[in-house]
Amino acid sequence: MRRKITISELVAAAEQRGCPIWQVVLEREARLQGTERKNIWQKMKEYWMVMKESLDVGIKPGNRSLSGLVGEEGTMLTRYMEKAKPLSGYGSVLAAAKAIGVAVVNASQGRIVAAPTAGSCGILPAVLSTVAEEIGAAEDAVISALFTAAGVGMVIDEHAGTAGAKSGCQAECGSASCMAAVAAAEMAGGTPRQAANAGALSLKNFLGLVCDPVAGLVEIPCVKRNAIGAGVALLAADMALAGIESKIPLDEVIQAMKDIGDAIPASLKETSLAGLAVTPTAREIEKRMNELEER
Amino acid sequence: MSARSVFEIIGPVMIGPSSSHTAGAVRIGNIARAVLGEDFRRAEITLYGSFAKTYRGHGTDRALVAGLLGMSDDDCRIRDALNIAATLGLEIRFRLAKGEEFHPNTADIELTGVSGKRIFLRGSSVGGGNVLITRINQYEVSVWAKNPTLMVEHVDRPGVIGRVAGVLGNNGINITEMRLTGSNREGEKLMVIEMDRAVPDKVVETITGLPDVTAVIGI
Repeated sequence: MRRKITISELVAAAEQRGCPIWQVVLEREARLQGTERKNIWQKMKEYWMVMKESLDVGIKPGNRSLSGLVGEEGTMLTRYMEKAKPLSGYGSVLAAAKAIGVAVVNASQGRIVAAPTAGSCGILPAVLSTVAEEIGAAEDAVISALFTAAGVGMVIDEHAGTAGAKSGCQAECGSASCMAAVAAAEMAGGTPRQAANAGALSLKNFLGLVCDPVAGLVEIPCVKRNAIGAGVALLAADMALAGIESKIPLDEVIQAMKDIGDAIPASLKETSLAGLAVTPTAREIEKRMNELEER
Repeated sequence: MSARSVFEIIGPVMIGPSSSHTAGAVRIGNIARAVLGEDFRRAEITLYGSFAKTYRGHGTDRALVAGLLGMSDDDCRIRDALNIAATLGLEIRFRLAKGEEFHPNTADIELTGVSGKRIFLRGSSVGGGNVLITRINQYEVSVWAKNPTLMVEHVDRPGVIGRVAGVLGNNGINITEMRLTGSNREGEKLMVIEMDRAVPDKVVETITGLPDVTAVIGI
């Protein structure tokens, strides 16, 4: 039986060798798959191309879900940024616009890259593309960051899982925001330890977040949670880069997420039997959707 | 659940809206199709847990049928799968189960092929588009189907496993994992063999022809 990797091992490996986390993850992958690094790099690059496509479609006018429940929020945010000085900062709103756009592409049955899931697919590409824009990083830096994010995601998947049906939204948008925070901090020059702290600061903020989609669709509240998940990732990265540490290390936060996920009742794990899904407004939307389905 | 590759975390490239409900469901459909080994004419699908409660909104029904039709999880036609199946004259029935005895995203698929052959498969979508098959026909299994997998049904006699492994070895195919499972029928066993690469049809034929081997399924 293969031993489960941990965040502290990833950080220690990177520190020992004086290299970033992404390099440790890339080399581990090459070893596990028995292939050359350049093949794996190439595949990640192809995935990034799909992410970029979804980012482009996402903020374009006309990007609406099939149900029509959500749509064009990315466009609204970019228009707002042109006119106003965003209260939460330019980068944060830009990332939110991108993330929500990609999430709507997903809800319109468009093509996306699950990261780690489809319901949370907007957060990682939005954060990395925003950081690249803000610090003027080249595409290679983004692809490197995807490996960092994937390494963190693998640890989460091994120790807690990433399915909303199993552990709630904390495991989807929470995991994505955590992965994005670690990758963003490293991309911006943070040490492996700072990057791990960014992940812990972000994930702690999602603990207990349930999966309660209205009418069972990956739209309300999922799409907007992508936007805010992106914002949280950036803020967590900033805090970690400022030297703030998470008193609870990321490995332990991940274990806590697992325990909390186990304790969340089935009614709040993608079954739409409780939470936002059963509010009067949600019931009304559900009724409308069912009528639509019958027509 | 445990990711063996970075591309199980970043990826797959897929059609929305949910990797558990769309990509995973397509994959379960794909595997059921492979287990049947021929085109199907009737499918009876039972949905459990979250699959039963939210299949319409997530398009789980479309995704499972898309998988049965052989589409991949990034096929733009997934949303039209039910119509495509209807056009082909295929009979498809959905049933919703009340219980929560299995993983929340679970489907039972009973397929009838064009030749009248019937198979049963139970699969769960465990997140990020990954699946776990827990039952194939009369066998309780635990098949992740991440690597090429061969299932060899055989008579429980000495030497069968050696012969199958021998054929694989002679063809340069490395076994990475292997498990044995029995059914409630005496003397009947199933080998589940994971390998480092896909098995060519010719090799499958050779294994099918071995003494005491009753059926071979490759996925």
